[in-house]
Amino acid sequence: MTADPAETPAGTADGTAVADLTAAPEVAAAEVPPELLAQSLGQYLRAWWLRVRSGNSGVLPVVLGMVVVAVAFEIVTPEHAFLRPSNLVYIFGLSTVYMVLAMAETVVLLLGEIDLSVGAVALFGGVIAFKLVQQPGPGWPWWAAMLAALACCGLIGAFTGTLTARLKIPSFVVSLGMFLLFSGILVVVLGGANGTVSVSSSAPNQRVIYDLVQGLIAPIASWVALAVVVAAVGTALWLRAAARRRQGLVAPPASLTAIRIALVALVGVAVVVICTINRGTPLVTVQGVPWVIPIVLVVLGVLTLLLQRTRFGRYVYAIGGNPEAARRAGVSLAAIRTWAFALCSATAGLGGILLGSFFFGEYSTNTADPGQLVLYAVAAAVIGGVSLFGGRGKPVHGVLGGLLIGGIAYGVSLLSLGTLATPLQYIVPGGVLIVAVLVDVLSRRGTGSVARA
Amino acid sequence: MTEVNEAPEGASSGGDAAEPLLKLRGIDKHFGPVQALYGVDLDLPAGQVTGLCGDNGAGKSVLTRCIAGVHQVDHGQIYFEGRPVHIRSTRDAAALGIETVYQDLALADNLDIVQNMFLGRERLRRGLLDEDSMELQAAETLSTLRVTTVRSIRQPVASLSGGQRQSVAVAKAVMWNSKLVLLDEPTAALGVVQTRVVLDLVERLRDRGLAVMVISHNLNDVFEVADRIAVLYLGRMVAEGPAADFDRQSVVEYMTTGSSGGRPFEPAGSASGEG
Repeated sequence: MTADPAETPAGTADGTAVADLTAAPEVAAAEVPPELLAQSLGQYLRAWWLRVRSGNSGVLPVVLGMVVVAVAFEIVTPEHAFLRPSNLVYIFGLSTVYMVLAMAETVVLLLGEIDLSVGAVALFGGVIAFKLVQQPGPGWPWWAAMLAALACCGLIGAFTGTLTARLKIPSFVVSLGMFLLFSGILVVVLGGANGTVSVSSSAPNQRVIYDLVQGLIAPIASWVALAVVVAAVGTALWLRAAARRRQGLVAPPASLTAIRIALVALVGVAVVVICTINRGTPLVTVQGVPWVIPIVLVVLGVLTLLLQRTRFGRYVYAIGGNPEAARRAGVSLAAIRTWAFALCSATAGLGGILLGSFFFGEYSTNTADPGQLVLYAVAAAVIGGVSLFGGRGKPVHGVLGGLLIGGIAYGVSLLSLGTLATPLQYIVPGGVLIVAVLVDVLSRRGTGSVARA
Repeated sequence: MTEVNEAPEGASSGGDAAEPLLKLRGIDKHFGPVQALYGVDLDLPAGQVTGLCGDNGAGKSVLTRCIAGVHQVDHGQIYFEGRPVHIRSTRDAAALGIETVYQDLALADNLDIVQNMFLGRERLRRGLLDEDSMELQAAETLSTLRVTTVRSIRQPVASLSGGQRQSVAVAKAVMWNSKLVLLDEPTAALGVVQTRVVLDLVERLRDRGLAVMVISHNLNDVFEVADRIAVLYLGRMVAEGPAADFDRQSVVEYMTTGSSGGRPFEPAGSASGEG
């Protein structure tokens, strides 16, 4: 079938389509996801380009941003060290924290709200998990400590959400208060300004937590795992398209599905190659994929499933798009908002545990600045393509944005700028955030969804 | 097309041949000290379009919301299919088969057509959204209503024209085996061509045997699609009857003065005026 997309009637609707008298065709084409109309790869690419040109560029800016950042830092860093495998793996590890926090923030941003407490709550969750596995001390098993920390964070989020949803206090204010509150509580729990809490790889109940980021999957196992992931993703994509075709629904062209699977495989191979190059010293071999990469993929999968394939997720998007429509459809706005904040904070808690593991199992008041963390989380989500105005974005955008932010943050720290290094840690991501918000605002204007509302 | 007031088929003229689907008797509604409706009677027969007219503040929206379950009536009785009913919430109304398309449509711009049509009533399979079955059902509903100008039912509602949005909102309302559809100013924001699309859609609803009530300021639209006309004036139903008993002049007089030619409304056939 190579029908012109302009003549393709809706879904399975019969072919009695009248000419589209009402819509300005270019505008409509720009908003329609290209795979819905394209019957061939060429059409898909043309439709995609039309969308990009009209300001609806999807993940293109963040991918381009990564290329620019990689090239720029490779040029300006001393000895052109930015793209060395050891540095790249370090960036992966650092970025996973931002990725998880950005995915957490995405849940709330989709509602059209914002949670400024993710950084503080994440650090609090991390400290709770670390405290619970201490020996002597509670000595909990690692999984119980982590679950307790996530539950704790979830409760905090539910509290923030309740204040926002039931008492109608702007989430900006509530979460700002929670940010300050938990930034302080964090120091108390850590035991003062110089307090630390750490886990080691030698204690059996702490080892898993230490290994979350530090642990490596052996090269062979890495390749096997990659093959399994690609096969699973590929089969899922392929079966999905086949099922739609079987029911007479519009499905993406097979070539497109193949290209998508190939892209997943390509990215996966690149990551595994980078991670399995020996990045140790000639004496000590260090190679393998960090555990945290599959962990982030699992978080991504779970959140994507929740947001795209469940009622909860559908209502999150609906509230972000038009709360009044959701209310009239019988959606309990307060309940969905509260759950979304709880989910955000629980996810952030995992990010906090990863952060402790990333810093070789040690938590101190210097581990991270909660203010900077939340800036990075919001920036990563928005740079990745999540709209600040609600209703638009996916968890995967948080992952891409998190990688970009991680690259920038680490690149800046490589520059040996002396006293300038710390301010630049804020200036560069802050500047990128402003640009991303501008893109967000301008693309909304371009697609006219504001004007029509 | 014929120009004005297509008279309904003889038998149903006057609305007395069969029990109307929805019957309001003596509906009072006040908000604090403000009385919004005074003893309103209204019949909405199945298979007919009733145009509800009235100036601003006449009580059109309040009456609509009372039927839709947004407001509860203070006094008076609502009969649905001959049985007295209490409509206490929008859920009650939906359970009876009453759907309302509000002026602002209540569509989420970022969701696609299928997602909007099923919002709040998603189908699940093994706990997850059953997208394919919803898409098939939505496509079928749209095609029976001959809403075929959309390029893809998976496109976000933001990309639709005003007429298409209205069509989606109406299709959403009729998908649930609804028996009565209330349309609040369905053509207010539309151009000539899009208005045509929506009015055609209203006629198709009538042809499917639904009772339709169109609330409109636009007398052209009312005369074009309405089989029956009801006019509210300051919270009182001052005229109600077959569209053939009205002309533009008389409707305007009822809307602005509550009477026509100095006389209250007297239907040609039977007595169904106001009390």
